[in-house]
Amino acid sequence: MTLDLPLIWAGLIATSVLLYVLLDGFDLGVGILFPFARSPTERDAMMNSIAPYWDGNETWLVLGGGGLFAAFPMAYAIVGPALYAPIMLMLLALILRGVAFEFRSHGRKRGKRFWTAAFAGGSLAATLAQGLVLGGFIQGIAVRNGAFAGGPFDWLTPYSLLVAVGLVAGYALLGATWVIWRSEHQLHDDARRWSVIAGLATAGLLAAVSIATLIVHPRVAKVWGFTGEGFKPDVFLPHLPIPLLGAAGLGIVAWGLWKRSHHAPFLGSLLVFLSGYIGLAASFFPNIVPYDVHFRTAANEEGALGFMLVGIAILLPVILGYTAWVYWIFRGKVAADAGYH
Amino acid sequence: MAVLGDLDALVLARLQFAFTIAFHIIFPSFSIGLASFLAVLEGLWLSTRREVFRNLYLFWVKVFALSFGMGVVSGVVMSYQLGTNWSVFSATAAPIIGPAFAFEVLTAFFLEASFLGIMLFGWKKVGPGLHFTATALVAIGTLISAFWILSANSWMQAPAGFAIQPDGSLIATDWWAVVFNPTFPVRLAHMALAAFLTTALAVGGASAFVLLRDRDQPESRMALRMAIGMFAIVAPLQLVVGHTSGEVVREHQPLKTAAIEAYWQTRADQPQGLVGWPDRKAAKTHGEIAIPGIGNAIQGVSKETVIQGLDAWPREDWPVVGLVYWAFRVMVGLGLAMIGLGVWGVWRCYRGGPETSPWFLRASVLMGPMGFVAVIAGWIVAEAGRQPYVIYGVLRTRDAVSPVGAGQVSVSLLAFMIVYAIVFSAGAIYILRLMNRGPAPHEEAATPEDRAPGSAMAAAGEEQ
Repeated sequence: MTLDLPLIWAGLIATSVLLYVLLDGFDLGVGILFPFARSPTERDAMMNSIAPYWDGNETWLVLGGGGLFAAFPMAYAIVGPALYAPIMLMLLALILRGVAFEFRSHGRKRGKRFWTAAFAGGSLAATLAQGLVLGGFIQGIAVRNGAFAGGPFDWLTPYSLLVAVGLVAGYALLGATWVIWRSEHQLHDDARRWSVIAGLATAGLLAAVSIATLIVHPRVAKVWGFTGEGFKPDVFLPHLPIPLLGAAGLGIVAWGLWKRSHHAPFLGSLLVFLSGYIGLAASFFPNIVPYDVHFRTAANEEGALGFMLVGIAILLPVILGYTAWVYWIFRGKVAADAGYH
Repeated sequence: MAVLGDLDALVLARLQFAFTIAFHIIFPSFSIGLASFLAVLEGLWLSTRREVFRNLYLFWVKVFALSFGMGVVSGVVMSYQLGTNWSVFSATAAPIIGPAFAFEVLTAFFLEASFLGIMLFGWKKVGPGLHFTATALVAIGTLISAFWILSANSWMQAPAGFAIQPDGSLIATDWWAVVFNPTFPVRLAHMALAAFLTTALAVGGASAFVLLRDRDQPESRMALRMAIGMFAIVAPLQLVVGHTSGEVVREHQPLKTAAIEAYWQTRADQPQGLVGWPDRKAAKTHGEIAIPGIGNAIQGVSKETVIQGLDAWPREDWPVVGLVYWAFRVMVGLGLAMIGLGVWGVWRCYRGGPETSPWFLRASVLMGPMGFVAVIAGWIVAEAGRQPYVIYGVLRTRDAVSPVGAGQVSVSLLAFMIVYAIVFSAGAIYILRLMNRGPAPHEEAATPEDRAPGSAMAAAGEEQ
């Protein structure tokens, strides 16, 4: 039996990026919601609810980047220069918000205020930057002879801005529903209100982004059955479960908020993201850089892929195991003084 | 004009990489040593139940959290910057060193990131044995991370275990030879010892600072003794390992050795230059003070052996000799000062205790940050000494850069400088503030100190 190594690695990278979006998504979302908190105490509780996890969550981004370098070096070498500015913005924003976790508790009056703002602003800017990366990616990247051949601002279009705003709403929904799950009293009620607003915004923007994608990018539209000659139901039907999953997710969020469930809204918003992610994957496959670079073209040598597969096959289950265990250790509601300095 | 523009982008990309990686290396070199120190402290606390070890643990874990956070975020930059700024290098080198990067994330980063949460917030959540395990796993994670990154970097210094295919791409032929490439083992040892040394000096310096004010502070007395014990042993050991590393360099990168010592001529019986001003254009060292007749002995070869000088290579292959020459002298000079401090400290320990000598305490404070300086100097020797190649003998730095314009790189470089200046200043202030306070007799676990969140005082004083 021979393993299809490039395909397996494409799946692994995709899983890693998905886990990043879901996990860092909610902690970035908590940062986006920071300005809406009522009091410093509420902000402390919000930060405490994610403090033990954020570093592990962000490591999936490092695996996404490092994994892309290791498994699909050509894609890594194209995407980096093509999306230079938004990637740099993301890195700088992640630095400011990342150090804010520790620095905020060490700052005195002015320092604390500064790092509170840095956490909120950094979370928002990192999300916008990721949205621009995503938007620029969906638009397609100009490639010639296996290298980026476009201009420095190819990524900046009304479409990519729409995606960026949509991602802010989505992360805010993940963050708000996370806070519902992990908080009590006033903060819990505030988070419910935030979830309603973020949920409506997410639903609207998700629909807008989906329609815009079909209009602006005919190659994606074709995958979904919308060709120049009209709609092809036989192409669309196999893809139907994907939007249905998204609708179900939004339904669970709404139902959970209505029934005052503590965990259903968060699970529902995870499903919304899962559906969007699978939808994108279905739109691009088998390209790893839209729309000209097949994942097999960009893949590393079989030898390198095989060597790494042995490692990841052993290590990934272990990592998932202890990650889940850490989430279990810090389960339950947080109070404002639940452990940070 | 186009050529000039390309050159500018290359210089800017190199500046950006040098800046971000020099900033980054400060934190791992501290965290590697500090994580092990914390594991030792917690182990001692659990086995002896002496409060002093508990207090020291809870104090230094706060410094660790600050330093580790800065290390994580500056490290994320490194994992993307290779693609954004060095895309040709990435595409060329990934078939060989890609796995090292992937394994670093899988074996080290996740381990550190996950158990750091337990380490920082789990003091009251998990049992003492589990908490100690978490600390130990974080410490092991930092060392595993050093293993992979040093393997990849050493491969760039002396590539092995690969073949160049007809289309110019690289392919690994022997993974064992790739990972355990010839300069790797000794460079890993050199870096790990450097990290332990850096931490010992920083811990010693911070403790000495408190003892200058309060000679009887029990935690700082203990920490200073532990630090002296560490650097008194490790500094001389580092001299031996560093020397071995130099011999490995001479074997695999003789050009780097020639730059380190500013050997301009190929000859037997090289002189040993102490100080001087190497002039690459004139191919001579101005105002050099050198000891004739001992250069070969220091390189560990007989007087009659011919050692290649820079003249054995075309000029366009020379690194910036002055930079490599001086970075090496700063590193070795500081290393010798560390050995001196260790001897002095051990002697003081047998003469009424190190805290009884204000001069020793002042010297320890002065030497506190010198490990960082030596680490950065050492990395300059390693990296600037490899130029003009990014992969020695295989890929030149100027051919490795991304197709990104000078405008974009200058903006991002400026942004990095501003953000890192803010982050570094704030981090340094918070760490120095902690060190100035020093460990307390009843050091608290990660809980609010004088103003519990939610209290009236917190609400009044913290924000808004």
